[in-house]
Formats: sequence, C-alpha cells, structure tokens
Amino acid sequence: MSGLPVTAIATPRRGAAGRTGLWRVERPVIDHSRCIKCLLCWLYCPEGAVVRHEDNSVEIDYDYCKGCGICANECPVRAITVVAERE
Amino acid sequence: MVTIKELTREEYWLPGNSSCPGCPAALGLRMLGKALEGKFVLVVPASCTTVIQGIYPATPSRVPLLNIAFAASASAASGLRAALRIRGLKVPVVVWAGDGGTADIGLQALSGAAERNEDILYICYDNEAYQNTGIQRSGATPYGAWTTTTPLGKREHKKDVPMIVAAHGVPYVATASIAYPLDFVEKVRKAASKSGFRYIHLHAPCPVGWRFPPSKTVEVGRLAVETGMWILYEIEDGVLRLTGRSRVLLDPSKRKPIEEYLRAQGRFSHLDERDVEELKRYVEARWRELKKLLEERGGCLR
Amino acid sequence: MSRLVISGNEAVALGVKLSRVQVVAAYPITPQTAIVEKIAEYVEKGELRAEFIRVESEHSAMAACIGAAAGGARAFTATSSQGLLYMSEMVFWAGGARLPIVMAVVTRALAPPWSIWCDHNDALSQRDSGWVQLWAESVQEVLDMTIQAFRVAEDEEVLLPVMVCLDGFILSHAYEPADIPEQSAVDSFLPEKKPAPYWLDPSKPAAYCTIAAPDTYMEFRYEMYRAMKNAERVIKEVDEEWCRLTGRSYGGLVDCYRCDDAEVAILLCGAWAGDAKEAVDILRRKGVKAGVVRLRATRPFPTEDLRAVVEGMDALAVVDRSLSPGLPSILWSEVRAALYDSVKRVYVKGFIAGLGGRDVTPGDFIRIVHSTLEGFRRGEPGEVEWIGLRGGESGHH
Ligand SMILES: Cc1ncc(C[n+]2csc(CCOP(=O)(O)OP(=O)(O)O)c2C)c(N)n1
Ligand code: SF4
Ligand code: SF4
Ligand code: SF4
Ligand SMILES: [Mg+2]
Repeated sequence: MSGLPVTAIATPRRGAAGRTGLWRVERPVIDHSRCIKCLLCWLYCPEGAVVRHEDNSVEIDYDYCKGCGICANECPVRAITVVAERE
Repeated sequence: MVTIKELTREEYWLPGNSSCPGCPAALGLRMLGKALEGKFVLVVPASCTTVIQGIYPATPSRVPLLNIAFAASASAASGLRAALRIRGLKVPVVVWAGDGGTADIGLQALSGAAERNEDILYICYDNEAYQNTGIQRSGATPYGAWTTTTPLGKREHKKDVPMIVAAHGVPYVATASIAYPLDFVEKVRKAASKSGFRYIHLHAPCPVGWRFPPSKTVEVGRLAVETGMWILYEIEDGVLRLTGRSRVLLDPSKRKPIEEYLRAQGRFSHLDERDVEELKRYVEARWRELKKLLEERGGCLR
Repeated sequence: MSRLVISGNEAVALGVKLSRVQVVAAYPITPQTAIVEKIAEYVEKGELRAEFIRVESEHSAMAACIGAAAGGARAFTATSSQGLLYMSEMVFWAGGARLPIVMAVVTRALAPPWSIWCDHNDALSQRDSGWVQLWAESVQEVLDMTIQAFRVAEDEEVLLPVMVCLDGFILSHAYEPADIPEQSAVDSFLPEKKPAPYWLDPSKPAAYCTIAAPDTYMEFRYEMYRAMKNAERVIKEVDEEWCRLTGRSYGGLVDCYRCDDAEVAILLCGAWAGDAKEAVDILRRKGVKAGVVRLRATRPFPTEDLRAVVEGMDALAVVDRSLSPGLPSILWSEVRAALYDSVKRVYVKGFIAGLGGRDVTPGDFIRIVHSTLEGFRRGEPGEVEWIGLRGGESGHH
C-alpha cells in the first residue's frame, strides 16, 4: 500500500507551489512615509502577498510576492517603487 | 456599497500558489473568497485554475473544491448541489470556469443547468482564450486578437455569453471585471443571496496571453471598461442596468478611445486601421443597443 | 416478499427504489429509457425520496452523478450505446475519483450503421475505466444485482463505481416473474448511505482530484487496481449474503452450469447464456459432456475462478457479442490471457456472434460446441470464427 488517500485530495497550505518569492526578478518596496493606508495594493495583489495589519498599514510578504508590480502600478500616491532583485 | 476596509483580512486562496505573476484568475479567486468569507464550495473544470492549484498534496484553496473535466462543471455542480440539499446543507455551490469551459466546450452543460434553474452560482473568468493550453482562441476571444491559432488575428467577434445565459430567463446575470474588485464582490454577494441559477462573467486580462507586462493586469482591465470594450451591468429578474464605471459611459464622449485599450496589449499590435474600425463599429453598436434597451424599455429584456 | 411479472428495465428501477438512491441524473436512450421513466414516476409519486436531475446529455448525467457522489449521496444513472460513449470521459472520471456510483448499461450496438439492438461493444469499450462490470442473465438477477451493486460499490475495500449490464431488449424488455424483496430486508442488507470517508464536506477545506505529479499518479492508479482486486472477494461475499437473505445465489464472479464433469464449455456473458444452457442440455442428452461458464463480472476479470472452473476441461468456446477489429474479439483474448499460465492449458476457440442483435439460437450454440471440439481434436489454432454471417466468412473476404 502506498499510504495515499484513494484519490488525489489536496489540503490547503501557504506556499503550495513553494516559496514563490524566489520567482521574483523585481522587488516592490513600500515607502511607509508616503503611504496613506488606502489598501489598494492589498486589494489588487493577485497573490495575497501584501499583508494588511490591524491598523491598515501594509507590508509585503517577500516569501511569496512574485514581483508582478501591480501594487506599485495601482498605488495612488506612488509609495511603492520597483527595484531590481539582487542576487 | 462595499468598502475595502470592511473586506475580511482572511485569505481563502493562499499565497505561494502556481499562478503566473499578475494573474487575474488568482486575483478573482482571492476576491471571491473574501466576498463569501470562505463559506462556499467550488467546482473547477480544466483551466488555468487547475494548474494554479498546484500539485497534490497541497492546494492554495481554503474552501472545498471539486476539480472536474473540461465540459462538466455546470452539471457536476448540479449533482453536488442535489447531494448537499439532501444532507440539509445550504452552502453555496460556485462554479469557477474559464471562458473556454464556458463559452465553448461547457456551453451545453451551462445551458442545461441554466434552463433547469439549478441553484448554483456560475462564475466565468474570461481571459479571452484557452490560456492553460498555451493561448488558443476561444469563442470569447475578441475580433482581431492574436492567439496561437489565430496568428493573423481572430476574424470573428466575441461570443456574448452573459446575454446567452440571460436569454434562459435566470434570476441573476452580471458582468464584472477584476479591475473593479469591490463591484465584483458586491455582485457575488447579491448573487449568493438569491436562489436559482446565477451567472457572473468576470473580465480577466491575462498578461501572458494578451501580451502586456504583469504589472498592468488591473490597468488593462480598467481600460477595457473605460473604453467601453467591456461593459459592467447586471440583469436582475430580466431587467438590465449598468453598474459601476459603465453607468456614465452611455454617452460616447465619456468613453476613452478604444485605441488606448488596444495599444496596451501585444495581442492587438498587428491590427490595421480597418480592424480597428471594425472593432469600433462593434463596440458602438453594442452600446447603441444597450441605450435603446435602457431608454425605450427600461432595461427590460423580456 | 411479493412476486411480480416485470421487465428487465422495471427490475432496475425497482432495485434503485429499494436501494433508496438519493440522486438520479439521466438522459433517455433506447432501450434504457423505461428505467429512468419509471424512476421519474417513483420520484413524482413520492415513492422514492430522491433528487432527479433531468440533464441535457449523458456527459452531464455522469458529471452530475460524480458531483452528487462527491457530495456524499447515493447516485445512479442508466444509459446505452451512444449514450455510454458520449459520457465516456466522465465514466473514467468516476473510476479515477473512486466514487461509488451505480449505472445500468442496457447493452446496445454502436453506430454506424444505426442499430438499437443488443450487443456488448458499448459496455466493453469502457472496460479499463475503473468500473466494476457485472452482467445479468435474468430479470430476477437484474433486480438482485442492482441492489448488490451498491453494496459492492460502497464497500470500503472497494469504493469503485459499478455497472450493471443487461442485454438490450433481450433482457430489458423481457417480462419474467421475479421475487421482489421487502424494503426492510433490503434496508438491512444495504444500510443508509454514509458518505465515503473522503466526501466533499463543506466544513473541511480540501481540493479533490487535483493534479498528481509523476511521483504520485502511479500510486493512485495502483490503489484503484488494488480496489478492483478486492472487489473479487466482495462480489462473492455480497452474493453469499444475499443468498442468506433471499435464498438466491448466482455464483459470485462466474456462474457455472453443468461444468463439474464437462469436457467442453461455452463461455460468455449476458442473457444469451440461457440459450447456451438449453444447447448444453441437448448436447448432454446426446452424450457430449458440455457446460456453460457465464461471466457475471468482466471487471474484475475472474482470472483465478476461471482457471479453477476450466481445470480438467479439454476445450472452451468463447462467444463474444462484441468486436475488437484487428484483435478480433474481447473476451476471447482476455480468456486466453487469463488461462495462459494454467498448468494444463485448455484449448480456447473464439466466436463472434449476435452483433447488432443478430439472433443466436440454441442450434447455433450446438454448432459452436461441435466446431470447438473439432478444432481441439484436429489441433487447429483456436482462432475466431464468425457465426451466422451471410454467405459465410469467405463470402466477405
Ligand atoms: C475534453 C478536453 N479537451 C481539451 C482539454 C485541454 N484543455 C485543458 S484546459 C484547456 C483550455 C482552458 O481554457 P479556458 O476554459 O478559457 O481556461 P483558461 O485556461 O484560459 O483559464 C484545454 C483546451 C481538456 N482538458 N479536456
Ligand atoms: S509585486 Fe505583485 S505579488 Fe508582489 S506584492 Fe506587489 S502585487 Fe503582490
Ligand atoms: S496602495 Fe500605496 S498608499 Fe495605498 S496602502 Fe498600498 S502603499 Fe499605501
Ligand atoms: S496564463 Fe494568465 S490566467 Fe493563466 S495562470 Fe497565467 S496569468 Fe493566470
Ligand atoms: Mg480562458
């Protein structure tokens, strides 16, 4: 016996595809001094990689952020800049 | 009106999944999870969403999800609904299918379920091609768009699936766009509050297949609406009304030129003037029809 | 218990009702239609508390059964021929998803040319789908088998879908007296459906039937293979338990008729076993020690039971009501493969007969037995012979 269930039944897990942050070629960086806590970056991040804190301040989870840059593109006050990912 | 702040902080489609950077399907699934706060079950046919789930034994889905064959989502959902009803469970059954699984191979099952007024919510995320198999045209691909099976651009216009579904006389049909998540959330919630067959067609610009940078997913989605290429509306009990941004766009002067939308995407880069004119003619005609419907019949389709 | 004269199709419907099926999704096709019409009537009259989904195709019928079974319900459908081929993608899905659905397949030839009459190519085309395939001979057996099918399917050692195959018209439309078991007896034999341990519980997030990479796919398939092996034992146990309840047993995987001292036997599946048995009675009166081996299951294929049954026989006539162009027939090749490792290999000759409802009489079976014995005595290769072909085989070369 293989010890597997009868059919492929997968269970929820963060990082089901691994640490997708490793895919990133560009990194979004938040300038918290400019941030107005509008939460648009959190809303629009396809990955759910923008962490929204209790006080609606935001932070990027670089373990999973794929660096698509949508957050930077949508930030109304340009508080997010995209920089090249270093080695 | 839903506001960003009142959306739950819980994630029901977990980060670290296999979607491409800038994926509209992943964004849509995140919003769907938040709209219903995880209290639903999903049925997913073959599509990018099969792959986005990743590989056994892990999944990003925090809601129960039944994967099913390409053409089968509406009927599998009908069966699942029946079983849950027997078990006394009222939890919404939601289909999440691509445009290929909806407009093409799944259309028969969709039509059957709509005609039977099955108590399910069917959401089509429309990335306007078979993206999972590598960008082939679907019935929902717009005129002129490059795909790998229309290398010179598609010669036919987009199949109007929401109106086809509406013609079944179902209680709720809506269009939405991933560029307007709150509008989408509101429509999902409204749909979930109703019973019978409900349909939402979610426009979902795909950076890979439409040839634009992944940072532009939302921007391209917004341009689709602002240029009038994609129209936001809902049809409740046979009465159509424009919603969100589209409400102000009946006046053609309020719409951005469609060139702005076309230029943002590589898939339209080969279009000549006549192609652009043809697309304009098509878009204008659709708006004229809507205007007539709204002004002469109060949006009443039946 | 009551005794009624009913048709094969009515027997299926009654079996479904007695099994307290919860979800039925079906689409009409001759000669199956009467089954779902009858079930619809039971549901409308409130005699069966089930959800009846009047789907728009067979593909959707099986998809709906899959959804229903995944949601923990006891699900049933019925089809034939083109309908079965049309749902084939979902037939394989149900097998791979390990959902204990039961389906009646009223066997009918495949088009073109159009034919509504019986042969077995439809059901046998699905033989690698991971479905248990059972074959009935009589109306009574159809009824009993339908109820038994749920027990086999839902057994935790099996958890596979089950097809109950009955011959189109020959059985589906034949009226025979049948003992109808009491509901209470069936309830004790087949308890109320508990959802399989892996049902899609809305309170337990999980994704069903996801992608399995090459490092696990094979193990899932192996589990299915093992479950099918388990089904061999479970089918027999269920047959024995049914016998204790009703006094009727059909012999598990193979039904042997006058095989004990037989030197030659006819091997087949389906309702025409009755004609073969009649032929055997005539042959026996003439001193030919003949018997009938009727496969009640083609999946799992009863390899071991078959070897035991034919041990000591000289020759076997495998009569196929199906065709595998280029092989040329299905049971023939499967039987030969199953018997290859026997200590003393029995001579196996193949026959193709009854395609598209062509009549096959006891006289034909007598000729089949003689032809087999002749081939055995002459030491000819046991190749396949067509029965009742206009102008004979050469006439068509
Ligand atoms: C019956 C069948 N035919 C073809 C395929 C191959 N296939 C898998 S997904 C897909 C395209 C899906 O397109 P769509 O529904 O638009 O979803 P997307 O991938 O764009 O998200 C195709 C053709 C299949 N899985 N099943
Ligand atoms: S770059 Fe993309 S993935 Fe990363 S936080 Fe921004 S929106 Fe999310
Ligand atoms: S979008 Fe910009 S301003 Fe708004 S929360 Fe994010 S970083 Fe702050
Ligand atoms: S191809 Fe498009 S829709 Fe598919 S996963 Fe990638 S970004 Fe998402
Ligand atoms: Mg698509």
